[in-house]
Amino acid sequence: MRAGLVLFPGTNRERDMALALQRVTGRKPAMLWHRDTELPAGTDLVVLPGGFSYGDYLRCGAMAAQSPIMRAVREFAAKGGHVLGVCNGFQMLTEAGLLPGALLRNATLRFLSMDCHMRVERADTPFTHRFRQGQVFRSTMAHGDGNYFAEAAVLDRLEGEGLVALRYSTPAGEVTEAANRNGSARSIAGILSPNLRILGLMPHPENQVDPQIDGTDGLPLFESLAASFAEAA
Amino acid sequence: MKVLVTVMPKAGVLDPQGKAIGHALAGLGFEGIGEVRAGKVIELDIAETDAARAKQAAEEMARKLLANTVIESFRVEVA
Repeated sequence: MRAGLVLFPGTNRERDMALALQRVTGRKPAMLWHRDTELPAGTDLVVLPGGFSYGDYLRCGAMAAQSPIMRAVREFAAKGGHVLGVCNGFQMLTEAGLLPGALLRNATLRFLSMDCHMRVERADTPFTHRFRQGQVFRSTMAHGDGNYFAEAAVLDRLEGEGLVALRYSTPAGEVTEAANRNGSARSIAGILSPNLRILGLMPHPENQVDPQIDGTDGLPLFESLAASFAEAA
Repeated sequence: MKVLVTVMPKAGVLDPQGKAIGHALAGLGFEGIGEVRAGKVIELDIAETDAARAKQAAEEMARKLLANTVIESFRVEVA
């Protein structure tokens, strides 16, 4: 799998993401700059990592969504390319119109830096097939604006078409108000594009890929991606 | 020409910031405060002498960048 990681001024989670990708592919991802206008030939996956691009000016991800590289990312996605957006990357994907809805200020108004659990709602996608359907995994949230919002009709469509990939839950897999710390609509933590090739999520699965650091709960997501492209090759 | 773009959270979109401001005002003893909504004003200086054209340009800027129309509404005024 040839992955490209996009860096914006203020991106700060690119190294963790690069290590997670390298762990499953044995290959260093290409580091791309926001001013680049093209993706390297043969790119399989574009990753928009977390951080505070452009200081979160105007709205989180709003400036990044208008940067030169995003034109190439849009074209890549339109041709069926795979895109993963984590945290600020998810915000960029919604701002760029590649995923529906928006991420509002956390309902508590507090920046949340803590563990969370997510239930896998779809285990048959390029990002999730190494999880079991309904599997719960632990991850980390670190965001001020992770409160997923979309109009009721959009939420109904996402649910109806099975595009909700991940939901905040208790460790036992119950979707409760208390487990939904940022106040996201219908406890949505991650959503997919209709072709299942774009995934945006707020928590950081790249934090949990090394048994010596914080366990490997997030590893199946990266193994899923690596396996998707190994099979295709 | 100065143009003001006012961006507000859409009706129906939770505005926790506005709510917190409302609570703080009540805490200061201000009475009878209903709903409080917090938005932002963006002041643009546009090289344009025609008010209608300036307004049109600012509206396009608002749609493309200044507001996220999924969650925000905007109003443009030529100052």
